[in-house]
Amino acid sequence: MSLSKQILQGDSRAVAKLITMVEDDFQSAQRFLEELHPYCGKAIVVGITGPPGSGKSTVTDQLAKYLRRKEKKVGIIAIDPSSPFTGGAILGDRIRMQDLATDKDVFIRSVGSRGHLGGLSRSTQAVVKIMDAMGKDFIFIETVGVGQSEIDIIKVSDIVLLIVMPGMGDDIQVIKAGIMEIGDIFVVNKADRDGTDRLIAEIEMMLHLEKKVKSWEKPILKTIGTQNIGFDSLWMEIEKCFHHLEASGEMIQRRKNRTRKEIYDLLQESWREMFFDLIGEDHLEKEVEKVSRQDDDPYHATERLISIFKENLFKRGE
Amino acid sequence: MFFEEQERLEKEKKSWENKLLEKTLSKYPERKDKFVTGSNREVKGLYDPTDIKELDYLEDLGFPGAYPFTRGVQPTMYRGRLWTMRQYAGFGDAEESNKRYKYLLKNGQTGLSIAFDLPTQIGYDSDHPMSHGEVGKVGVAIDSLRDMEILFDGIPLDKVSTSMTINAPAAILLAMYIVVAEKQGIPEEKLEGTIQNDILKEYIARGTYIYPPLPSMRLITDIFEYCSEKLPRWNTISISGYHIREAGSTAVQEIAFTLANGIAYVDAAVKKGLDIDQFAPRLSFFFNAHNDLFEEVAKFRAARKLWADIMKNRFGAKDPKSMMLRFHTQTAGCTLTAQQPDNNIVRVTLQALAAALGGTQSLHTNSRDEALSLPSQKSVRIALRTQQIIAYESGITETVDPIAGSYYVEKMTKEIEDAAMDYIDKIDQLGGAPKAIEKGFTQREIQNSAYEYQKDIESKKRVIVGVNQFQSEEEPIKDLLKVNPEIEKKQIKKLQEVRQNRNETEVKEKLSLLKDAAESGKNIMPFILDCVRNYALLGEICNQMREVFGEYKESLKI
Amino acid sequence: MKKSRIRVLVAKPGLDGHDRGAKVIARALRDAGMEVIYTGLRQTPEQIVETAIQEDVNVIGLSILSGAHMYLFPRIIDLLNERGINDILIIAGGIIPVEDIAELKKMGVREIFTPGTDTKRIVEFIEKNVS
Repeated sequence: MSLSKQILQGDSRAVAKLITMVEDDFQSAQRFLEELHPYCGKAIVVGITGPPGSGKSTVTDQLAKYLRRKEKKVGIIAIDPSSPFTGGAILGDRIRMQDLATDKDVFIRSVGSRGHLGGLSRSTQAVVKIMDAMGKDFIFIETVGVGQSEIDIIKVSDIVLLIVMPGMGDDIQVIKAGIMEIGDIFVVNKADRDGTDRLIAEIEMMLHLEKKVKSWEKPILKTIGTQNIGFDSLWMEIEKCFHHLEASGEMIQRRKNRTRKEIYDLLQESWREMFFDLIGEDHLEKEVEKVSRQDDDPYHATERLISIFKENLFKRGE
Repeated sequence: MFFEEQERLEKEKKSWENKLLEKTLSKYPERKDKFVTGSNREVKGLYDPTDIKELDYLEDLGFPGAYPFTRGVQPTMYRGRLWTMRQYAGFGDAEESNKRYKYLLKNGQTGLSIAFDLPTQIGYDSDHPMSHGEVGKVGVAIDSLRDMEILFDGIPLDKVSTSMTINAPAAILLAMYIVVAEKQGIPEEKLEGTIQNDILKEYIARGTYIYPPLPSMRLITDIFEYCSEKLPRWNTISISGYHIREAGSTAVQEIAFTLANGIAYVDAAVKKGLDIDQFAPRLSFFFNAHNDLFEEVAKFRAARKLWADIMKNRFGAKDPKSMMLRFHTQTAGCTLTAQQPDNNIVRVTLQALAAALGGTQSLHTNSRDEALSLPSQKSVRIALRTQQIIAYESGITETVDPIAGSYYVEKMTKEIEDAAMDYIDKIDQLGGAPKAIEKGFTQREIQNSAYEYQKDIESKKRVIVGVNQFQSEEEPIKDLLKVNPEIEKKQIKKLQEVRQNRNETEVKEKLSLLKDAAESGKNIMPFILDCVRNYALLGEICNQMREVFGEYKESLKI
Repeated sequence: MKKSRIRVLVAKPGLDGHDRGAKVIARALRDAGMEVIYTGLRQTPEQIVETAIQEDVNVIGLSILSGAHMYLFPRIIDLLNERGINDILIIAGGIIPVEDIAELKKMGVREIFTPGTDTKRIVEFIEKNVS
């Protein structure tokens, strides 16, 4: 049986193997992704982001358990940072989800952020696709919690939950600084602690200044992850949000953006490869040398490389 | 030291450095660029009076038995009474362990130390699916009062002091102990012993937790309260640095994190409304003894001084007994090597010496074969003899704190004290020990030290005899202890018998009352005692509380 | 096919909480460029095997100090066999007596690293034996 067929039947080993292929060698994986594509688009993708320590894994774990009680099938992609020096990583998000490990209808995959060309979103999007094709109803993407990858993950989710917790001190500044806009629903986790009300008031104030997404009023929910409190209402809000975004046309827009992004990423990668294929490593190194010696500047170097590229493209065309 | 005297000394030292030392160094350079202690703190080539010129004898050292207790908690120390020789033991079922305890007592051991198997420590009965393969392995299996009755059969509980290494279910095991004594006709106020009962270090380093921190702290303060009324001679907690050190911490981190945990327990008890001088005298500590002799001695002295200061000045304790840091010591399991295991006897000797010079109240010496398996009877005997030789032959017990006044040791005591205090300040800033643990600060600090240590061994910056140098071919050690694989079946059978012979309605009722108490916030001890008396199983009791408290889940802090 | 990154599941079966070794190894493997999936304490054989499948690991590293290895390791190997998995390298560490080592190797644990093992040796062993 072909790999794609096995995946469509929900075979977890096949799914796991294709995800590895996506990560290690995207081009080889591409033909399987092509085969799976027609079967995708059914799953709802929920991005879970927030600063480190806010309890993203616990919230993911509890939402997954909630959905399992409703007999929904769940996929989870848990992203942790890779070392920029060795490329190695310790992926530890699963630690809080291991109750789900033996549930046949849950598939969890830990992903290192690696230094992906084309961005983390490309491989994440492919992993989403594979889990979608294997028949998952809901797919959660848990982000690293810091840096550029947050913004990237947003581009592959239908709905984004932003998890915060009281008593983070300066961390609220981090939220203010950039990722506030990307949350559709705010979750104040560990809400049994001092400072919960103050934090909610702060978020309300910030939201007040922000313009609404298609009249969707972003709700703020309280949860206590470790005690399984607040997840029924959280899930109701997620469903409400999804239906609202769907009815307002925002969901179509988001998915269209995602498709655009996917094509754009693939294009960028293909172009990059084509470009270096045509100019050859030598030319690039020569230019690097020149500029390093201060014999020339990078702008002229780039222009020269582009003209070599055009020339070679023309020659190949002949 | 007078000013002129000091000036002369410094002048003489300069001249010694310039003439003699420099000449020697130019001809015979030292073995290494940098010399460090076992915990990676830099050591100078020479210590002299200038290093301790800030030291104020009365304020920093004082006299033994008096504040700040740097030199020891009793005025006469080992001249009055030697430390309690207490070998941690227990394996298989209650019958077998009972035999081992009687053997140890016959051989001159003066206190019992009970090791429980992991299912007992985590609150699973022997027939729980998670218990498979674990029953009776690292300690004795206790499912109900029945096992406890067998465990102490023929051992009068008013004649021994018993230490129990039990944390999350500490209240249950203590309750069983009380009821066994009851049946022996011994009132609870006569009981002497210790329960480890230190949950914070379980989250940090040892891993046998059940409930989340908050309810766990409540169980602990319930025990404080109960014991301060009913068991005045019982040590209600053994705040443990031992496992923190085993997890790879430095000496400084060991005492810093342990004392920070201690602060958290005192805080919780005070918040509950307990009178500090009522419960604090029963707090005890448990430390590790590593190979670096002087550093370890300095560590013990610094810990005593710090705790005295914390109790007096931070918490306003009035009773000197509240300020005394009394501690048990175990030699460092993590220093034992699987290679050339007989060398471990020597390591244990050095470590035990450090504990005795550091003024420990009780001591467990590890057996040479513990890197390979559970210790054999013969190895346990050698370990016990090791401390007896130190106690009776070495002469170090004949005077109090014999190492005091050494420039090196006094300087290091001060340095360790300061460095530990820095950590305690840092933890205070993070909001106290439970918060620091939750944020992963404590765990990360320890893991970093552990990783450094490992890298130092691999680069041979640190030499471990028989491991990265002086290796030799050797005969594998024989007569390793094997736990009888039939134990699990036997234990499950016993458990089923208990279930059949008890009054089921009574048990159900008591369990449900316990659950109510857990919810209500009443002191839980009397309710646990009632369950235990009626032969409710350990796992059943823990499950009642699991339902109310939930279960703790670790998260990765690397 | 491009060179793939080695993925290792570091798991602690059994009930003991001594994870110093497991964590030191996890870091050493990360520093050697591998991806380490760390699942924490008290893992059942079923959890370990399912995780290894979903994460498509090349290696399972088991760390145990509780003495329950002769019950838990064979169970893990049986489960892998039931699922027809034979391309995962199984290694172990912890306190494991010599006579058990021989038996476990016969069952399919490829190497057992006792206390005092250099982490570089473990890295080399994995690199050499992962095809």
